[in-house]
Amino acid sequence: MAQLLVIQFLITTKDNRIDMISLNNINKTYFTGSNSLHVLKGVDLNIEKGELVSIMGSSGSGKSTLLNIIGMLDNYDSGEFHLNGEFIQKMSEKKAAYYRNKFIGFVFQSFNLISFKNAMENVALPLYYQKVSRKKRNIKAMEYLEKMGLAEWAEHLPSELSGGQKQRLAIARALISEPKVILADEPTGALDSATSMEVMDLFHEINDMGITILIVTHERDIAAKTDRIVKLKDGIVDSIISNGERKKWLADQVMA
Amino acid sequence: MSIIDIDKWQEIFYALKKNKLRTFFTAFGVFWGIFMLIIMLGSGRGLSNGVSQGMGDMATNAMFMWTQQTTVPYKGFPRGRRYNFNNDDTQALIDNIPEIEYIAPRLQVFSAGENGNNVVRGERTAAFTIQGDYPDFNLIDPVNIHQGRFINDIDIKQKRKNVVIGTRVFEEMFEPDEDPIGEYIRIQGVYFRVVGVFSSKKNDQQAERENSQIFMPFTTMQQTYNFGNIVGWYSITAKEGYKVSQVLEKAIDIMRERHSISPADERAVGSFNLEEEFRKMTTLFTGIDGLIWIVGIGTLLAGVIGVSNIMLIVVKERTKEIGIQRALGAAPFSIKSQIVIESVFLTTIAGYVGLALGVGVLELINNILIQTNASTDMFNNPEVDFNKAISALVILVIAGAVAGLIPAQRAVQIKPIDALRDE
Ligand SMILES: Nc1ncnc2c1ncn2[C@@H]1O[C@H](COP(=O)(O)OP(=O)(O)OP(=O)(O)O)[C@@H](O)[C@H]1O
Ligand SMILES: [Mg+2]
Repeated sequence: MAQLLVIQFLITTKDNRIDMISLNNINKTYFTGSNSLHVLKGVDLNIEKGELVSIMGSSGSGKSTLLNIIGMLDNYDSGEFHLNGEFIQKMSEKKAAYYRNKFIGFVFQSFNLISFKNAMENVALPLYYQKVSRKKRNIKAMEYLEKMGLAEWAEHLPSELSGGQKQRLAIARALISEPKVILADEPTGALDSATSMEVMDLFHEINDMGITILIVTHERDIAAKTDRIVKLKDGIVDSIISNGERKKWLADQVMA
Repeated sequence: MSIIDIDKWQEIFYALKKNKLRTFFTAFGVFWGIFMLIIMLGSGRGLSNGVSQGMGDMATNAMFMWTQQTTVPYKGFPRGRRYNFNNDDTQALIDNIPEIEYIAPRLQVFSAGENGNNVVRGERTAAFTIQGDYPDFNLIDPVNIHQGRFINDIDIKQKRKNVVIGTRVFEEMFEPDEDPIGEYIRIQGVYFRVVGVFSSKKNDQQAERENSQIFMPFTTMQQTYNFGNIVGWYSITAKEGYKVSQVLEKAIDIMRERHSISPADERAVGSFNLEEEFRKMTTLFTGIDGLIWIVGIGTLLAGVIGVSNIMLIVVKERTKEIGIQRALGAAPFSIKSQIVIESVFLTTIAGYVGLALGVGVLELINNILIQTNASTDMFNNPEVDFNKAISALVILVIAGAVAGLIPAQRAVQIKPIDALRDE
């Protein structure tokens, strides 16, 4: 099933060459009082549908800033940003909320779970904003909790879970609205290396389902597990390292 | 966004429970505002009830007119002269003032003789006030007829020796299980047949006084007690659409004319314009009511501003949470409505408690007043009518919504990313 999806996607992308994320000369400056900080100085980056890409760079290089712009949590000053072929510019908060809900799933370093909602309710939350009935969304939330191996923790509050469990919960929440893109800002930053690898395995599974994933990370071994590594430096894309030809190989298999 | 939205309420209760003391004090502001408003409105009503029930069902478009000594010499008469109204005056008033609705010439006999007792039945004797009246009087200042009837036109025409007695008179002159109708009582030596029993519609001492009265036909009294054609005083009402003051002015002019009183003599014809007094009183109570609303709404406003303030703090505290919700795709309306509903909820619950307690306290005061017979002409039956309570509640809901509006706006003003970054 998952493979079929990938095949289908590969065929369509080959024909249309539509990038899931397309950034063209993106600029962003922060103003704090009288100071201004030019963080992004013309970022060019294209990410295809179904790619698993990591972003690296030193602290303060603008990784999070870039991710937040892609996630429509923040706006950019100049340049062009297309998401799934659609030009994203300054839009009403209502429309932005719609896109965030429908197209994007966020995973944060600090999990960002709602403390007074139990695991199931946290996972179900994005569907709440789609006005799905409580019963339906809880059923679906349970499915995703099961996939994450968290079914027995459904009634627990986030404070009763371990870091790894919390991050799996957050990933379940990001997935429940069936987004096109998952944006993860240092998702393993608060986890030990074993748990980090588990989370990466999870991302791979999700990626195999055809969902585009963008991960900001400081860790080499995390980045090594992605298709491409984008290095940010001084506000621009410094270099892009391709991490093997996994996708191409798969496509060749299908053609033959 | 339905009202029965568990997630919404879960969030509301979580937010309110998180800081119970703060929630309590916030709620208290609103509670106190509405509580005071209700108590004040009820007291205001108690005041006006006391006064208006002191009047019973008396027509408010009424006037009274009586004779006094002249104060100005006129047509050869010296000042200080006494005079009487008479039956011809009555006819003259009817003939010359078409604006008159009802006219009741009246006479009164007070208890007289040794130890004051003027009414006798068998062994029983007591002192009562005897009124000589026309049937019209019961239209101007009505009483409750318990048994039998009031004076009628045949009584007047035939000068029948019939009387209508007050409940106090009945209690004094009859056994409780006796039927007084058709029985005879002796009033200042003359036998009268009881044709009716009445009770006052007023309260307090006024009612007590009325219940100790005996009504007899006006003409009977004139004849039996040698009044000749004298009229003691008049109770008159004006037809609808006419001012009592006009009728009063005309009536006084006619009396001056008929009794050779100087037009400049302001004192010779005594009068009282109930309509005018009633209007003044109504204005006063409207004023008091208005003042109460102003003060009450002011107090309430202070409470509501408190709610608004607290909601601002709540929004500030929940910045991160709101950021998460927005990252997950919560539309601005969803966030704002959450804040507004929370504000309305807090305001309405607190207000409702204040409302209920206020009404309860008024009820308690009322019960005590009734039980101790302490209600007076000044204060009686404090209450809040349903409409006022409902308008207070509506005001509360609106106030709650308004109080939540600014905080709600604040919640979505900040960029989602800044909200998420908040620690
Ligand atoms: N809201 C803001 N206002 C002002 N300056 C900001 C704001 N957000 C980020 N910055 C600055 O912009 C620069 C880039 O920040 P960003 O968070 O994107 O870095 P990063 O690459 O994610 O760093 P890290 O690896 O430490 O997370 C930093 O110097 C930061 O101080
Ligand atoms: Mg960062």
